[in-house]
Amino acid sequence: MPPQDLPLGQRPRLLDVSHVEKTFNGDVVALKDLSLEVNEGDFISLLGPSGCGKSTALRLISGLMHPTSGRINWSGGQGADDLGIVFQEPTLMPWATVAENVWLPFRLRGQSYVSVRDEILEALKLVGLDKFQNAYPRELSGGMKMRVAIARAMVTHPRLILMDEPFAALDEITRFKLNNDLLELKAKIGCTVIFVTHSVFESVFLSDRIIVMAARPGRVIRELHVDAPYPRHEDFRTSAEYAAFTRQASEALHDAMGEAA
Amino acid sequence: MSIAEEAPVTIAGVDVEEQARARRDRIHRIAKWTLPSLVMVLSILAWHLYVTIGEIPHYILPGPVRVAQSLVEDWALLWPAMMITSRLTILALLMAIVGGVVLAVAFTQSKWAEMSFFPYAVILQVTPVIAIAPLLQIYVESAFVAALLCAWIVAFFPILSNTTIGLKSADHNLQDLFTIYGATRWQRLRYLAAPSALPFFLGGLKIAGGLALIGAVVAEFVIGRAGTGLGLASTLLEASYRFNFGRLYAALILISLMGVVIFAIMSLISHLALRSWHESALKREGQ
Repeated sequence: MPPQDLPLGQRPRLLDVSHVEKTFNGDVVALKDLSLEVNEGDFISLLGPSGCGKSTALRLISGLMHPTSGRINWSGGQGADDLGIVFQEPTLMPWATVAENVWLPFRLRGQSYVSVRDEILEALKLVGLDKFQNAYPRELSGGMKMRVAIARAMVTHPRLILMDEPFAALDEITRFKLNNDLLELKAKIGCTVIFVTHSVFESVFLSDRIIVMAARPGRVIRELHVDAPYPRHEDFRTSAEYAAFTRQASEALHDAMGEAA
Repeated sequence: MSIAEEAPVTIAGVDVEEQARARRDRIHRIAKWTLPSLVMVLSILAWHLYVTIGEIPHYILPGPVRVAQSLVEDWALLWPAMMITSRLTILALLMAIVGGVVLAVAFTQSKWAEMSFFPYAVILQVTPVIAIAPLLQIYVESAFVAALLCAWIVAFFPILSNTTIGLKSADHNLQDLFTIYGATRWQRLRYLAAPSALPFFLGGLKIAGGLALIGAVVAEFVIGRAGTGLGLASTLLEASYRFNFGRLYAALILISLMGVVIFAIMSLISHLALRSWHESALKREGQ
């Protein structure tokens, strides 16, 4: 049984973040005592106001930044292709076609385009852009560019995909569509996702665990479990269950803001 | 009366506004060539009338006919001179490209190299080449090589400075992405920094093309003076000493022509390299 279909308590451990702190310039505490157990198949949202250290947490997990104290341990060690990442901007290379952009993670490992063409087309098909493989990014809409970025992040089948407010700059209709598609994708390829957002609605719809964070200093306030079964479809958005979870998350976020103020 | 009858549609699917725009575009396309040509013809005509009616002596201002005559009669002299100036300009530009790009890569790969040498690149640039040329003439035996160095000094800086900025201008998130995927230094340079720098480099190339010609002309003025007659600029200077103003103007016209051709070639290269992806090469709708 794929780990994402197991109940929350029974999934194998992927990553242990224990007592991680990050201090900038010796006195600005960006993140205070973050502990987080990431299990295979989890969809974890880091939810909080600006300055709560959620993006810092993501950068620490990605290895782009190193913690001032604390440890981040991958079970079984971290390999070169264990990680995919999606930023708030699509971050595509404007001089390369859609397919060449998705090729990038392979290319940096020294794999020729021909040898991975099937994987690239498969990833593009999963995000619904296989017809646009020869288009340049400037020819695509904002939502389509984001789909390319997602295809690039998952084309190597990484164990963990980090997403840093990927849909924040999109309009609501596109965002809802991409939320639905993201869940479908995740079910298909069975990866683990850590998703940074400041939207309560998005976090409830997508995740099975929500880590609510507060600012100054950035820290975890509460962890919520969204015990609604996947697959979740558009009708989940209008369900009473969904409303109840969003209320819980909103209240937690409200507490987080209250403590900060 | 229905709305459909009111709308003044003449050609299927093309409204009045679109028709007007198409007409305007057509007129613009024709005017872009005819207007400057007309201005040129009128100026030459005015020049001719001014010289003939005012009976201006040709050693003050030769008429267009006389200049055209010089172009034809002195062609045997002008053509080899133009070849020398062209060779000087093109070689200087090629050296500027190689030198500028190599230095820019060195500067962006090593902070130490940049700190150590960038100030001297600036000093070389801000010192007027006309002040350096006589020195080069003394220390470098070949007049051609001395002139080449002059033109190179002038042309290389815009390439160096633009390429350096370009290599540093790669998107920060893309740089992070390359870090996450464990890209090597070489991969970073080849797949990220170099394409990011391309539009900047091409901008520098356009400036450098013009400057290489200016550098060549200045060098010929200063170095060619010693009787080692070089190219078009030396010919121009010599013609002015002899009050042969027809030849002087003919040489001047050829020099400007070279400048125009260089600019056109650089623009074409830039267009071809960027047309598929860069904002500067895109046509927007309705414009």
